[in-house]
Amino acid sequence: MSAVTAENDGHHDHKPAKGFMRWIVTTNHKDIGTMYLVFALAMFFVGGVMALIIRSELFEPGMQFVEPQFFNSMTTMHALVMIFGAVMPAFVGFANWQIPMMIGAPDMALPRMNNMSFWMLVAGILLLFSTLFVEGGAPAAGWTMYPPLVLQTGNALPFAIFSIHLLGISSIMGAINIIATIFNMRAPAMSLMKMPLFVWTWIITAFLLIAIMPVFAGAVTMLLTDRFFDTSFFDAAGGGDPVLYQHLFWFFGHPEVYVLILPTFGIASTIIPVFARKPLFGYASMVYATAAIAFLSFIVWAHHMFLVGMPLVGELYFMYATMIIAVPTAVKVFNWTATMWKGAMTFETPMLFSVAFVILFTIGGFTGLMMSLAPVDFQYHDTYFIVAHFHYVLVPAAIFMIMAGCYFWLPKWTGNMYDERLGRLHFWLSVISVNVLFFPQHFLGLAGMPRRIPDYAVQFADWNMISSIGAFVYGFSQLLFVYIVYKTIRGIDCEKATDEVWEGASEHGLEWRLPSPAPYHTFETPPDEVPTEHF
Amino acid sequence: MSTNVAYYIPHKAVWPIIGTGGLMMMLAGFANYLNGNAIGPTMMILGLMVFIVMLTGWFALQSSESELGMYNHSVGISYRMGMMWFIFSEVMFFAAFFGALWYTRNISIDWLAGIGGGPGKSSNLLWPGFESVWPTNGPGNVGGDYEEMGAFGLPFLNTLLLLTSGVTCTWAHHGLLAKNRDQLIKGLMTTVGLGFLFVAFQAIEYYEAYHEMGLTLGSGVYGSTFFMLTGFHGFHVCVGAIILSVVLFRSWKGHFTPENHFAFEGAAWYWHFVDVVWVGLFIFVYIL
Repeated sequence: MSAVTAENDGHHDHKPAKGFMRWIVTTNHKDIGTMYLVFALAMFFVGGVMALIIRSELFEPGMQFVEPQFFNSMTTMHALVMIFGAVMPAFVGFANWQIPMMIGAPDMALPRMNNMSFWMLVAGILLLFSTLFVEGGAPAAGWTMYPPLVLQTGNALPFAIFSIHLLGISSIMGAINIIATIFNMRAPAMSLMKMPLFVWTWIITAFLLIAIMPVFAGAVTMLLTDRFFDTSFFDAAGGGDPVLYQHLFWFFGHPEVYVLILPTFGIASTIIPVFARKPLFGYASMVYATAAIAFLSFIVWAHHMFLVGMPLVGELYFMYATMIIAVPTAVKVFNWTATMWKGAMTFETPMLFSVAFVILFTIGGFTGLMMSLAPVDFQYHDTYFIVAHFHYVLVPAAIFMIMAGCYFWLPKWTGNMYDERLGRLHFWLSVISVNVLFFPQHFLGLAGMPRRIPDYAVQFADWNMISSIGAFVYGFSQLLFVYIVYKTIRGIDCEKATDEVWEGASEHGLEWRLPSPAPYHTFETPPDEVPTEHF
Repeated sequence: MSTNVAYYIPHKAVWPIIGTGGLMMMLAGFANYLNGNAIGPTMMILGLMVFIVMLTGWFALQSSESELGMYNHSVGISYRMGMMWFIFSEVMFFAAFFGALWYTRNISIDWLAGIGGGPGKSSNLLWPGFESVWPTNGPGNVGGDYEEMGAFGLPFLNTLLLLTSGVTCTWAHHGLLAKNRDQLIKGLMTTVGLGFLFVAFQAIEYYEAYHEMGLTLGSGVYGSTFFMLTGFHGFHVCVGAIILSVVLFRSWKGHFTPENHFAFEGAAWYWHFVDVVWVGLFIFVYIL
């Protein structure tokens, strides 16, 4: 058996291949995880530049820098790049790096498909970027791509649609791989209810992805045929209905926002116990709350469509169903708080980000609860209030926990401690500027400023200026993060990390029982014993 | 010794990047074609060729590794899970189109006719005289007059064909398990044959729809849902039949054993999935 294996793969020394080809043909979960994370970071800056173009234009009333069409392209592309290029790949990167190490597996279950999943992502994003250079400009109808408006897109439309197909294939492949890995590759000692919360949240996320990405693919396929093949899915004259697209889109779109937030919860649930030096409070309830949120995400989609003209019974149903989500979410916030309660806490950078996450995510959650009320949403719909809401749950929640996860696991990945002083500086710059950036947008929205508009009435000038200042400070602060990561990877002026890295961490997760940096291949034989600290 | 020790982890993969490149070129070519650029068709064909090379190479690699005994029980479980969840994603893809059909028939054409609690009676002002009946090409009579596709001609015959092919596929599986190679190959050949016959009959059905019944993809929402649902299904029948042909080829080469035949199982699952979708189509598109 082993002779056969050696004959077929050429290198039994189990070291990475040399040179550039290593990265192209790699099947190693750590290599692929690194590629995902680096790619996500690059896209974070591309999407960030688009955000800064938006905020520059909105710095003052009147038209300053860009054409309205291009402005709308920027809002559309910013969303698509950040969601599909930055946040989702970052979480898949964490999944690749961490899940095999957390469950005691030698690699992901389907390593070749893992490689393809990454390259499909790159291909999808390249097609998306190609739309910036075609006649008629990049898609400008918003990331939701509602017909009939989106059907007026120029030559970019088919490129954007096929890019979504490729990104969808990539996500589905990644999700299938994660499911097979978690169900099939766990160390024998690791029963489901001993899995770290990060693993739990990812498996639930993977189910969401497999269920929703095909629906999105179907919806955009109907857009394609409506535009190029004479179909009438979204055309009332032919018996279709543009609202049908919105239903299909949000059947995808609502679970999609939980794809962005559930792994966030998982990272928070992993970090907070380590720095509180206590087991996670309410492990089982965390698992059930995650599952409940995932289930509910499938039956609340039309709360994005309160103004579309649904029957009253529909408005009421989607309103109440949406409000129920607050219950399992509150269970989670309670559990994080209870984990910290009377803990021997220290506040290293990952913990700082996590504490900020708990507070700021809760603000984002409350504004969500406000908008779940249909009659109230009639006023907030498509204003800056919704922009403030979802940026609060995406930036100081999802992005912050991605940052926290990087600080938390970088020492394990690289063998070097990051610069704690710079890390804290990065945190404080980020947490202050992010609130300067997004908090005023609540006021703008309540006062009636619409989203996706390049110009506005002078009454909105002050808060827009403050928001833009926050945006620039936040954006440029992230360069500090790149510097810190670079310094850590290269080991410039860094302490060596211990194997455990964080005091007591080996009681919390298998990865902390490995050497730092983690060897290229880990757990080729599964560990006999796993942490049981969750109980 | 634990099961993980022998879990086969390949150390490099060249086909994924080739396949991705091929698929990307095919799609970019298609987009160019739709935009009326002359380069489009060439790109599509090149991309498709690269994609086919990838499929051939990757399948050949997998089957040779499988024959060398590199996949243990645990690897087989990963493959089965992968196939299972891939089929689930396909179910959700069809769900989008079934959902569109359901929504159109039960909600949007009623609302267009001013019935129900949606946009109220304003539709009567926009589209006076429109009645909510199915099939419809909408108040604009989009695509002109057409005939409805009946259920009990070719479509019923196709239902029988596909259901029979499901039975022959299972018969082949029993042959495989009983080490009856003859039964395995005959069963598979019948299944593949029935599959391609189904596609041929569907091609005739489409031809008649376009040339004799005036029913096209452009015949309002009835034509849209009819052709998109049956068309995507027909495409999946083709894919399933190609997969089964590969399995037939491998059976003929004597590849499978009663203990180790994931490729057969995966192909059979896929075939049964295609079968079940057709039953759904026959009920909701043709009969009801």
